[in-house]
Amino acid sequence: MLRTLGLLALLIPLGAGATDAASIAQQGNGKGAAPCMACHGPDGGGNSATGFPRLAGLDAAYLKQQLDDFASGARANPVMQPNASALSEDERAALAKYYSALPLPARLATPPAAKPDADGERLAARGDWSRDLPACVQCHAPGGVGVGANFPPLAGQPAAYIASQLRAWQQGTRHNDPLQLMQHVAKQLTPQEIDAVAGWFAAQPLPARGNGP
Amino acid sequence: MKRLPVALLATLTLAACSHPAAETPGATKPAPAASVASAPVKHPAAPAFAPPADSDIPAGPLGDEIRLGRAIFTDTPAQAHDYVGNGLSCSNCHLDAGRLANSAPLWGAWGMYPQYRKKNGHVNSFGERLQGCFRYSMNGKAPPLDSDIIVALESYAWWMSKGAPNGVKLAGAGYPKQDFKPPQPPDYARGAVVYAKDCALCHGADGQGQQVNDRNVFPPLWGPQSFNWGAGMHELDNAAAFIKANMPLSRGGTLSDQDAWDVAMYMDAHERPQDPRYAGDVAATRAKYHDTPMSLYGTTVNGHLLGSEASK
Repeated sequence: MLRTLGLLALLIPLGAGATDAASIAQQGNGKGAAPCMACHGPDGGGNSATGFPRLAGLDAAYLKQQLDDFASGARANPVMQPNASALSEDERAALAKYYSALPLPARLATPPAAKPDADGERLAARGDWSRDLPACVQCHAPGGVGVGANFPPLAGQPAAYIASQLRAWQQGTRHNDPLQLMQHVAKQLTPQEIDAVAGWFAAQPLPARGNGP
Repeated sequence: MKRLPVALLATLTLAACSHPAAETPGATKPAPAASVASAPVKHPAAPAFAPPADSDIPAGPLGDEIRLGRAIFTDTPAQAHDYVGNGLSCSNCHLDAGRLANSAPLWGAWGMYPQYRKKNGHVNSFGERLQGCFRYSMNGKAPPLDSDIIVALESYAWWMSKGAPNGVKLAGAGYPKQDFKPPQPPDYARGAVVYAKDCALCHGADGQGQQVNDRNVFPPLWGPQSFNWGAGMHELDNAAAFIKANMPLSRGGTLSDQDAWDVAMYMDAHERPQDPRYAGDVAATRAKYHDTPMSLYGTTVNGHLLGSEASK
């Protein structure tokens, strides 16, 4: 009984806090920000066909930073910049929190297998230190599940999204990485390697327990 | 006909003098880290070596043992659980699974043993040297010399060193300490600034690294889950040289010499697990094992006597 009451007490503020964000996610904010779910999916799981990334279960501080960077132009993207700019600071914070708390969509636990590519796995798991290329998992955690606010998960992201970001780092259109770590790494990669490593991570299963400790 | 090799040799010698890191004839890859090139000319150029590719590990039982050694090296807490007292792996300090030049690669060490070591006052086999890593850097206990763990690690190091000259110091062996001196004495406060700017992103503002599913992604640099006061990395010259050559990860060589020394001091002026040879008190332990300006053990930094609150 006490336990039930405790749970209810927990749920009420959460539900109230999440209302704004949930409504923006589903309907937009009425001030120019489109519904997030239109591209990122009703469950926040992204869209592998179009390359729209997963937001569900990502670190809240990471999501907030990206929204802020879209709004300020530090991360250039023709779709996200107007949407993020149309959100208030509070709405960006609420959406970041909302999506970080969404459960991982079950389908991401069993992603469609990528065509086997030894290059992708080698770069992801071992890197190529003759080019100062660390293994991706050295920062993005074993399996690419991500760690903390600065190293987002790669597992469970669409291959097209990962590849587009690597190209953006490479070309300098995305440059909001701390210590220029990703710009430096991406510049070492060939177009074939970008596709290979993106395909490898997209095919990694994302266990239901998520990316956070 | 007869003159050609002589001319070639002269060209190569010249090239070796001006660019010690230049590609060696016969090597399949250029030396990975450019910092070798900063070695002054007065020292004879050490021969370069490129280890074989992982894909060259043979099939069969010997290959299996080599692969086991690699697995232990890169995931030591899981693969050698009983002998590891913290969450560190060999590959935290020996990058690229022990292959990277200037990151104390296995191929730079294998041919230098047996070796007399001042640290314990006798001739050490390679296996005993590995035991030291477990006892100090992994803050654990030494696996027996004939254990599968030591034999697998030896197999991996042996395989990686195939073709390297025996008993010869190779370019890129160890950490690049030679002639690497701080322009000014290392400073804790300056080191704290460097740490916040270039290190905390991965290792955390509190130096405790970052973990996922109870496994280190970024290793703790001090505190109870880091290397102990007996580990080589607690000495400033080792830490500074490693940091200069290899940190931030993938951006080796970007810190100034002064920054590398300052941040090494900052890291090594924090408390960590006690030296397992602890001799009853800190002063006696310093006198016996750490009587060098490169160790801060038993010295007072910011009013704290380092070693006095070390966890056991």
